[in-house]
Amino acid sequence: MNPVPANGGDTGAPLIRLRGVTKSYGQGAAAFQALRGVDLDIEAGSFVAIMGPSGSGKSTVMNILGCLDTPSGGEYLFLGAHVERLTRDERARLRRRYFGFVFQGFNLLARTSALENVELPLLYRGEDAATRRAAAREALASVGLAGWEHHTPAELSGGQQQRVAIARAIVTRPRVLLADEPTGNLDTQRSHEIMQLVRALNAERGITVLMVTHEPDVAAYAGRVVHFVDGLIARDGPQAVTEAAGGDARAV
Amino acid sequence: MWWNALLLALRAIRRNLLRSFLTILGIVIGVSAVITMVTLGRGATQAVSDQISSLGSNLLMVRPGQRMGPGGGGFGAPPFKEADAEAIAGQIGGVRAVAPQVTSTVTVVYGANNWSTSASGVSADYFDISNWRLAGGRIFDETEERAGAAVCVIGATVRRELFGSEDPLGQSIRVKQFSCIVIGLLAAKGQGAMGMDQDDLVVMPLRTVQRRVTGNQSIRTLLVSMKDGVDSTQVQTGVTRLLRERRKLSAADIDNFNVLDTRQIAEAMSGTTRVMTTLLGAVAAVSLLVGGIGIMNIMLVSVTERTREIGLRLAIGALEYEVLLQFLIEAVALASLGGLIGVLLATVASFVLAQVMQVPYLFQPGINLMSFLFSAAIGVLFGYFPARRAARLDPIEALRHE
Repeated sequence: MNPVPANGGDTGAPLIRLRGVTKSYGQGAAAFQALRGVDLDIEAGSFVAIMGPSGSGKSTVMNILGCLDTPSGGEYLFLGAHVERLTRDERARLRRRYFGFVFQGFNLLARTSALENVELPLLYRGEDAATRRAAAREALASVGLAGWEHHTPAELSGGQQQRVAIARAIVTRPRVLLADEPTGNLDTQRSHEIMQLVRALNAERGITVLMVTHEPDVAAYAGRVVHFVDGLIARDGPQAVTEAAGGDARAV
Repeated sequence: MWWNALLLALRAIRRNLLRSFLTILGIVIGVSAVITMVTLGRGATQAVSDQISSLGSNLLMVRPGQRMGPGGGGFGAPPFKEADAEAIAGQIGGVRAVAPQVTSTVTVVYGANNWSTSASGVSADYFDISNWRLAGGRIFDETEERAGAAVCVIGATVRRELFGSEDPLGQSIRVKQFSCIVIGLLAAKGQGAMGMDQDDLVVMPLRTVQRRVTGNQSIRTLLVSMKDGVDSTQVQTGVTRLLRERRKLSAADIDNFNVLDTRQIAEAMSGTTRVMTTLLGAVAAVSLLVGGIGIMNIMLVSVTERTREIGLRLAIGALEYEVLLQFLIEAVALASLGGLIGVLLATVASFVLAQVMQVPYLFQPGINLMSFLFSAAIGVLFGYFPARRAARLDPIEALRHE
């Protein structure tokens, strides 16, 4: 059932390890190499921003890290388990247990209350109704939406919708939060509110955050920024602005 | 998991109430059509067999001529005599009674009202043989029968047309040139199997009609009633042989009379209505199938439209079979809901139509249950393909879908 060894977190290996990961689309002359041998280690509890121009492979690597996609070559070790060898359903179980997703387009269910939206991942984990309700309320409260439980997405602002999406991502208490352009549809003010919330989740709950963005001031919230160019890592390093904060988080 | 899938499906249906309703409309119409057709068909079959048994069961009708059926021949063939009736009663085993009958169209008059009806000259056995019950008065006795007395028993239609709300008993009506005292009233039987009014008649002793109406001794019909449990075919053969003998037919001659078994008519007619019921039911079943295709169509549209939603569900960890189950259950829930509404609609429709068509309303638990289960099965059948398509979506592609 659980592809990850029980002691997976305690082997000293990083939470996530990519070795020589390649990804190509299409075949023959039309083939496109999106990733060309990526090595990447991500420690538990870190906050990593992935940047790069379009076509650089940042979305591809994000999909592979989120176990939504499998590499064409190389290894992906998550908590010591070889993700590239898992079946579709095994990867789904991994996602359901360890990952939370936040998307640029929010992807909330229309005409469905915030509470029901947040409950959704718990439904797939087979939690009973009372547990679901309580956990969803708590998650909504932790993103500052207590009292908005019964509003549908249409009745919420963009920032509030993304908060609901974040609540949905963290309601399962995941190890990793994957955010794909989480502020892409928001104005500057809302963007900073959302990023402060994400940074708080990283710092206070120790949730590992992996975020794709093309905005430097959003990336500035991360403790580490990985730049992709043409399917390879071009630059990987801590950001001066948030280095201290990232270090603190690891120390705690 | 099943419960969760059902919950998800019901939430999805609730989110799209109008479309869900339109989707199931095909099933609703299909199910209610099947049930209504079959219910009314069975009711009609019941009505026909009721009417035929009201003619009298275990009854043979013997008529001159070769052809059977309404308006059948008989012209040219010699009629029967009273002695034929006595011979059948005396010589054929299993016969309970034989009633000779003469009918003639007459105009009857009472006061200012006149009415054209048929006068039946019969023996007293006729009332019992033909399942007539009296609504009032009495039937004629042996003395009146032998004497050819001017007495009559009238049917409900004649009573209504001549007397209205007046009490006819003891009144005189004029039949042709003689007047006739009403001594009895027949209970109404209603419309007959062929659509004729069975209550439109005046019954008199045989002799009365022979002497005063037809003016001869001939008899047009012999009604032969059989004892219970007697093989009607055997009696039929006996009657035929006896009559051939009495009518001096040689072996080469064909019968110049015919013997009709009412049970055979009953079987033939209810057989016909059963076939009609089956045909109508089959046509309605086709509409149920069309309803199923409608569900598949809408489910496919729904899968396309909800691609992002499916992508999201897959991304947050829904397994393939969970998505499959969700859409399958959604289709089955929709179809069953349609089936349920169809059953309710059919109950109302067939009850109302049964009143309008004057057939008995018979609730058919079998066809109701079968239609409901069939609609659920249609949900599975036509929901599976769209559900599988949803389950196999690539979450990344699905999330990008606009």
